[in-house]
Amino acid sequence: MLLLASPALLVVLALVVVPVGWFLGLSVYDGGFTIEHYRRIFVEDVYWRSFALTFRIALVVTAGTLLLGYPVAYAAARLARPWDVLILLCVVLPFWTSVLVRTYAWLVLLQRTGLVNQLLTGLDLVGEPLALVHNEFGTVVAMVHILLPFMVLPLYAAMKKIPDELILAGASLGGGPMHVFRRVFLPLSLPGVVAGLTLVFVLCLGFYITPELLGGGRTIMVSMVVSRNVELYNQWGAASAVAGVLLLAVLAVFFVVGRFLPLDRLLGQK
Amino acid sequence: MAEAVGERVEISEASKAYGPVVALDRVSLDVAPGEFVSLLGPSGSGKTTLLGILGGFVQPSGGSIRFGGRDVTWTPPHKRDVGIVFQNYALFPHMSVGENVAFPLRARRQPRSSWGERVRRTLAMVDLTGYEDRGIHQLSGGQRQRVALARAMVFEPRLILMDEPLSALDKQLREAMQIELRQLHRRLGATIIYVTHDQREALTMSDRVAILRNGRLVQIDRPDRLHDHPADSFVAGFIGEATLLPVARIDDRTVSLAGTALVTARPVPAGADLVLAVQTEKLLLEEGPADGRNRLSGTVVDTVYQGESLRVFLRLADGTGLSLRQPSHFEAVRRIPGVGQPIALSLHPEDTIVVPRTEG
Repeated sequence: MLLLASPALLVVLALVVVPVGWFLGLSVYDGGFTIEHYRRIFVEDVYWRSFALTFRIALVVTAGTLLLGYPVAYAAARLARPWDVLILLCVVLPFWTSVLVRTYAWLVLLQRTGLVNQLLTGLDLVGEPLALVHNEFGTVVAMVHILLPFMVLPLYAAMKKIPDELILAGASLGGGPMHVFRRVFLPLSLPGVVAGLTLVFVLCLGFYITPELLGGGRTIMVSMVVSRNVELYNQWGAASAVAGVLLLAVLAVFFVVGRFLPLDRLLGQK
Repeated sequence: MAEAVGERVEISEASKAYGPVVALDRVSLDVAPGEFVSLLGPSGSGKTTLLGILGGFVQPSGGSIRFGGRDVTWTPPHKRDVGIVFQNYALFPHMSVGENVAFPLRARRQPRSSWGERVRRTLAMVDLTGYEDRGIHQLSGGQRQRVALARAMVFEPRLILMDEPLSALDKQLREAMQIELRQLHRRLGATIIYVTHDQREALTMSDRVAILRNGRLVQIDRPDRLHDHPADSFVAGFIGEATLLPVARIDDRTVSLAGTALVTARPVPAGADLVLAVQTEKLLLEEGPADGRNRLSGTVVDTVYQGESLRVFLRLADGTGLSLRQPSHFEAVRRIPGVGQPIALSLHPEDTIVVPRTEG
């Protein structure tokens, strides 16, 4: 057994254990053993604000992708042949274009003289163009768009696994469409919801390009703190410490969530 | 619960076309309150389509459906008050047995306080007392079948539809469940419409059996009548173990099978293309005087032992193949001639069934 698993173990060792161990090592060893980098994170306000901002954006974006993604996945899972493919194509097509391109596209759309502001001022809905970008709002909008496929695809996969017969059975037993959705479809789609939430939330925490370009220099997420420490100050130790704290924070979040949500029941019906 | 009266079901001219494909072709069928009617046919005969139309999942292209006099042709499934047992049970995997059975009560907004007692009573009827808290995954196939049944009858529907509910069970369990379903039907009093492709199952359980072929209703009759008075060669071949042999009409009561004249008790149908349907159990090894019975003689080709009976394959003088069944008790087995030996047979005029050949 161990022999059969050894290639997989080697890959995990080479790609996960070694790099993570390496940067964790860097965070406590800077010419000698030190906890200075960690101390700075816990006392300096900048770090705290960045962590709080990162988790807030991650929560909002994750919620946003769920709200937008659930109906899309539902439609794709329940509609007949040409339509389901069309919807999935619309979801996946942007997925195949570069994040950078999509981020710049949002910049074009949301800037002061962008399409959205032109429309709003043209219709006299607002007097002055709105500040839609170079702030947290623009960052969130673009991140929701970019991360949407990571929500829709697991949702779709889970919904596709719900047998049609169960929906028919629900109706035949007297359940109206809303009742069947609430009591049968929704609970059975929860594994997809949990998978999508996890995926999007984790991706949000480490997101870099979009907040960097659309945040206007004020939306400093943790990934940007790491990058600045390396590129501006050449502080590998500080950068590693920030990354280490982020990793710990994520693990803590999942530990707490796991304690309160019956994940076993949601993910595997056994 | 036992005194519920079944629903009268009137199907008139029900049709369904999927593009150019006609799945159901003007089928009319009246089911009396409390009757157990099976829809029997090979796959693609339209029986499942008809069940879908009754359940409200399939919109008919034409015709109408009435339950107890009300037109329900366009009523959505959840307003039909019909219990349905699906082929793969369609139990909700995220609910316990009790929650599954309580689903129709919850959907109907029945007072929560009444659920426990009704679920308990219904589970008792299907021999699952005390199973409320079990998960669906902990149950065997037979137990899931019973839960599906309990769920379909807990709200006391006057009509229950079943779509091959026993097809996933092994033979012994299936036969035991057939008898149980029959008894349950008597106790419930509900009308049951049952889809199956297993003729034995249909004959065992039903008051009447409707035979469908290519989307059309070929014949609907009591099981014994269907067996002894098939409408045409398709029904004769589908029910029982008949050998179909072409015969020529001599007169109103006589046909010729490869030169041998056979007398029939019922008038020979009109038309030139006639078929004699010989069921294996109707053909007897000849004993004593003729007594007006039809005589046939041939040669034994093979004898196959099948447990409770033996099947004897034989050939008539002109090479026509036939087979008959003998119970496997000593007296009967002793009379079967060996392979290659001549065999003398008789067929009673009442069992000499001549039907028109089905076109197509």
